Amino acid sequence: MTLDFVSRADFIWALLPEIVLSCWAMAILLVGVWEKERPGLPPRNLRLLAWLSVAGLAATAGVNGWLYGVSGTDASGMIALDSFRLFANWIFLLGAALTILVSLPYIAKQRLQAGEFYTLVLLATVGMMVMAGTRNLILLFLAIETMTISAYVLTAYHRADRRSAEAGLKYFILGAFSSAFLLYGIALTWGATGSVNLAEIAQTIEAGAGFTGLLMAGMALLGVGFAFKVGAVPFHMWAPDAYEGAPSPSTAFMAAAVKAASFAALLRVFLEAFPGLYEAWYPVMWWLAALTMLVANLIALSQSSVKRMLAYSSVAHGGYLLVGVTAANEFATASVLFYLLVYTIMTIGAFGIVMIVSGHGEERLQVDDYAGFGWQQPVLGVLLTIFLLALAGFPGTAGFMAKIFLLQGAVESQLWTLAILLALTTVVSYYYYLRVAWYMWMRSADAGEPAIPVVAPGIVRFTLIGSAAVMIYLGVLPGAVLEGAISAAEHFGVVAGEAFMGLAR
Amino acid sequence: MLVEALVLSAILFVIGTFGVLLRKNAIIIFLCIELQLNAVNLSFVAFSRFLGIDGQLFVFFVMTVAAAEAAVGLAIIISVFRHYEAVNVNNFNLLKW
Repeated sequence: MTLDFVSRADFIWALLPEIVLSCWAMAILLVGVWEKERPGLPPRNLRLLAWLSVAGLAATAGVNGWLYGVSGTDASGMIALDSFRLFANWIFLLGAALTILVSLPYIAKQRLQAGEFYTLVLLATVGMMVMAGTRNLILLFLAIETMTISAYVLTAYHRADRRSAEAGLKYFILGAFSSAFLLYGIALTWGATGSVNLAEIAQTIEAGAGFTGLLMAGMALLGVGFAFKVGAVPFHMWAPDAYEGAPSPSTAFMAAAVKAASFAALLRVFLEAFPGLYEAWYPVMWWLAALTMLVANLIALSQSSVKRMLAYSSVAHGGYLLVGVTAANEFATASVLFYLLVYTIMTIGAFGIVMIVSGHGEERLQVDDYAGFGWQQPVLGVLLTIFLLALAGFPGTAGFMAKIFLLQGAVESQLWTLAILLALTTVVSYYYYLRVAWYMWMRSADAGEPAIPVVAPGIVRFTLIGSAAVMIYLGVLPGAVLEGAISAAEHFGVVAGEAFMGLAR
Repeated sequence: MLVEALVLSAILFVIGTFGVLLRKNAIIIFLCIELQLNAVNLSFVAFSRFLGIDGQLFVFFVMTVAAAEAAVGLAIIISVFRHYEAVNVNNFNLLKW
């Protein structure tokens, strides 16, 4: 099927995944309010809501797969019909579905309003999908706001818990602050080039037209906005607080899917609109990547709370991903996509078990609390160990292959220093990931300490086992998924061209 | 005319930025963010004199987003006030490093 965008219906076909998911989210909201509230008890239709949400995500995934067979005649329209968008959509849909499935017992225990929670997750996912799929800066701004406003609510969702409210306020203030920078960047870029379409901006820059000063200022402000959104050091200060204070399902969703969406949008804007200015933005990305990897990994070493350690680990992974963005060649872009997919699965998996261990009021979050957990719950212990090894990038897991691909991408662009930093900081990170595993298997709980009560229904176990299996499978046979990522990245081509090779030497 | 408007917009944006960084009251910080957004709106309107009506359209999008943000932001500030009886960002000490 080919869309020429002459008839209005073509726009509906091009946007079908987003439309399906938006409508589905509204339906979930309606189903959610149908149930009478019972104070102190979880809603009776919790499971129904969760399964309906997952079904909506599955339906959207089906439409997303169908879009692979659709091509557009317009290569620079507002909505991109390329496989970059479709591949990124898989990541977001998978992240949302995993979050909903692993958080079922958590929502029940904490007696959160399930209908609104799932609706917000789905609406945030819609925002992410538009972020990855748009070529228009104003639509990008709207999509980012759709995602982050949902994420603010998800962060502050546990109203009875003051940590959640405080985290929500911090995330809200810094999120809105960074959106203002992003918007100012959009305004100045538009003023300098006369267009908000990424392809047209690139053409204007290529032709040497436009006002250089304004354009540079606009690009810098866009860069600051994105650095906040992806949590790059020194713009990361909101991330650990927001991730630690938020209810664990929201943390998992934010650390995985929201971050993936920010990176997808960052890639699209900088590789599609600003390839002509690569020499100007590459040193900034270089420093952001280097600082993020170093600072986040060093601070993570000193964390005693597992949730906060995972929050810093999420910032550190953002640093590795920025290496791929800096390298800006085809393979590096593909490896960023591959890394985002792997990272989404392993992060949500790890948070899934943290949710189970932490208990009703999130009271068991310290590393000490994991003492002897492996022997008490061998299945969950093994699963958490696999996720931690994958996060650390241990050979044999998907995390290792993802890092190898990033390194290869960096080396292709001659970024030797960043490649070495990536390898070194990965070795440093082994310490804080393996410390948790060491407590689980090598320490026994204090005498008299009761065993950790575990509420993990079959579906949660099944999801976690499936995720762990995928982690090992992709660690051994990453070929097929990598092919998909490479074909998704082809569209951007090589940004770091000859001019850049001169810089590197 | 364009340059004056852009300079004014930049000054307002910087005032908003410093307000966010220096003030301690969450409501004032929120108002400073609104000031930043409206500074950007001024740029959009100024550019639209030369680049066409699009800029004025963008302003409507920004206003809509700002309204949605205000709804969520004020709700979060109220929920913080319920716990702390204050909206001063210095009072928060549960989460750090």
